[in-house]
Amino acid sequence: MTTAKEFTLAELIVAVGAQAWASDGEVLATGIGPLPRLAAGLAKLTCAPGIMMTDGEAYLVEDPIPLGPRGDYKPKFSGWMPYGRVFDSVWSGRRHAMVTPVQVDRYGQGNISALGGEFQKPKVAMLGVRGFPGNSICHKNSMFLPSHSKRTFVEGEVDVVASVGYNAKNWPEGAKPADVKLGVVITDLCVFDFNGPDHAAQVLSLHPGVTFEQVQDATGFPLLRAEGMTTTAAPTEEQMAIIARLDPHNVRATVLKGNPPGVRAA
Amino acid sequence: MNKEMDLKAVVAQLRDGMTIGFGGWGPRRKPMALVREILRSDLKDLTLVAYGGPEIGMLCAAGKVKKLIYGFVSLDVMPIEPYFRKAREAGAVEVSELDEGLLLLGLQAAGHNLPFAATRVGLGSDVMKYNPHFKTVKSPYDDGEVLLAMPAIKLDVALIHASRADRLGNTQTDGPDPFFDGLFARAADKVFVTTEVLVDRIGDEHSDKAKSQLFERCLVTGVVSAPLGAHPTAAHEAYGWDMGHLKDYAASAGEEGGWQRYFDQYVKGGDASYASSVGGEAKIRALPLPIF
Repeated sequence: MTTAKEFTLAELIVAVGAQAWASDGEVLATGIGPLPRLAAGLAKLTCAPGIMMTDGEAYLVEDPIPLGPRGDYKPKFSGWMPYGRVFDSVWSGRRHAMVTPVQVDRYGQGNISALGGEFQKPKVAMLGVRGFPGNSICHKNSMFLPSHSKRTFVEGEVDVVASVGYNAKNWPEGAKPADVKLGVVITDLCVFDFNGPDHAAQVLSLHPGVTFEQVQDATGFPLLRAEGMTTTAAPTEEQMAIIARLDPHNVRATVLKGNPPGVRAA
Repeated sequence: MNKEMDLKAVVAQLRDGMTIGFGGWGPRRKPMALVREILRSDLKDLTLVAYGGPEIGMLCAAGKVKKLIYGFVSLDVMPIEPYFRKAREAGAVEVSELDEGLLLLGLQAAGHNLPFAATRVGLGSDVMKYNPHFKTVKSPYDDGEVLLAMPAIKLDVALIHASRADRLGNTQTDGPDPFFDGLFARAADKVFVTTEVLVDRIGDEHSDKAKSQLFERCLVTGVVSAPLGAHPTAAHEAYGWDMGHLKDYAASAGEEGGWQRYFDQYVKGGDASYASSVGGEAKIRALPLPIF
């Protein structure tokens, strides 16, 4: 297990992202977007062999499918996971997704629906709530946000609550707030979760060269230092080789602006 | 019994203000030949229900829509349908934005003749806030849990594109994912199916594919022979989506008079000239299926 000498921030994020699924057992792992998908693939080949993945369409595969044009690569289908069964998996709780909301707030609520204005006439129409309400109330979700700022980690509540969080007042009269399962939140600066006192956000690790103050300044709500807060572990050579194999066209280099190195200059 | 119709005869059965559901998913397996026939008609004030793709954007662009009930409206690689986005940001249509699973449950309840489906999905999210007609229900059992009572989404009509059909109304649908065509069919008073291939009796020629029937023929009012009728969306396994065409369509949303330009170029001339206007049958049949 040799630590890689050189790695990009995207590769660091994929390596630490894989750990999100480490204790999950046999669940459907869905990484939405290139880095979460690579993280899920890396997890399956290293720390979480039990997770199930799809080809991005409707079939289950035991070998994670490389990103982009496949050349001679032929996926081997081990099962079937059409959308109807995806919903069954969601509602039974046997899934852990890694998603990218546009806004996240102190309650861990996420928004991908719309920004500003009135809901019936938003300033910016985005994706809609899609599967977020059901996913967030039924199974575990982790997040990847490529640009850690107060625009993404907002001061108040998100404009539209698409995925639920630890915010009891948003539950209807008489309803018991759900046992929401938020995993890690991985950004270009750090890894945090909502497992502080009363589900406060707490930083688990800072990416190399990033300070806690820098992260707090870029966050619209207070952050705590988790007990044992550390520096995000650099990927190993073994992890780097797997990432390269899962991403032969280097899509990962296009995700973060300027494809920065994994260790920031001080 | 012969349920064969043509596109015009189907649209003649539609009325202003109807609630119309569409099969397919995003830019996959949409009954686009029928959508274009609606675009050429005087129909208006429609309520549309879909896991939406370009059918929703086009009908919005043409001013045919009063209300949208959707899980999403997307061209997949273009995550937000461009004319849907325009309509949303202009506040031009009333919307009921649903969790994708709530749409499934609402259609299922309608198909089972039930008033609602009980679920946790939606609780704690703004789906409740922006669908103020949604109510909760308390479990009558010992748990006493409060759940969302997702109301049935009853459709006047469902429009669905299939791979093969016969004149009795039997259908077969290829492709890796049946999506929710069966739920749309069951939730509707009338179902009209366009098909790549129309035969007299499907069992005579395609007996081995009976498992690919997504809903039974008693639900089907009419079948229309419409080869290439899903273009520019994908029709597994016949052809993939036409991303070049969809990009041109998306670009038109940013042009002054762009919709009129698109309509005049591809829709106005009628179904007979459509395939040649988009590059011809051979080009469409050669479109590759998407890979992720």
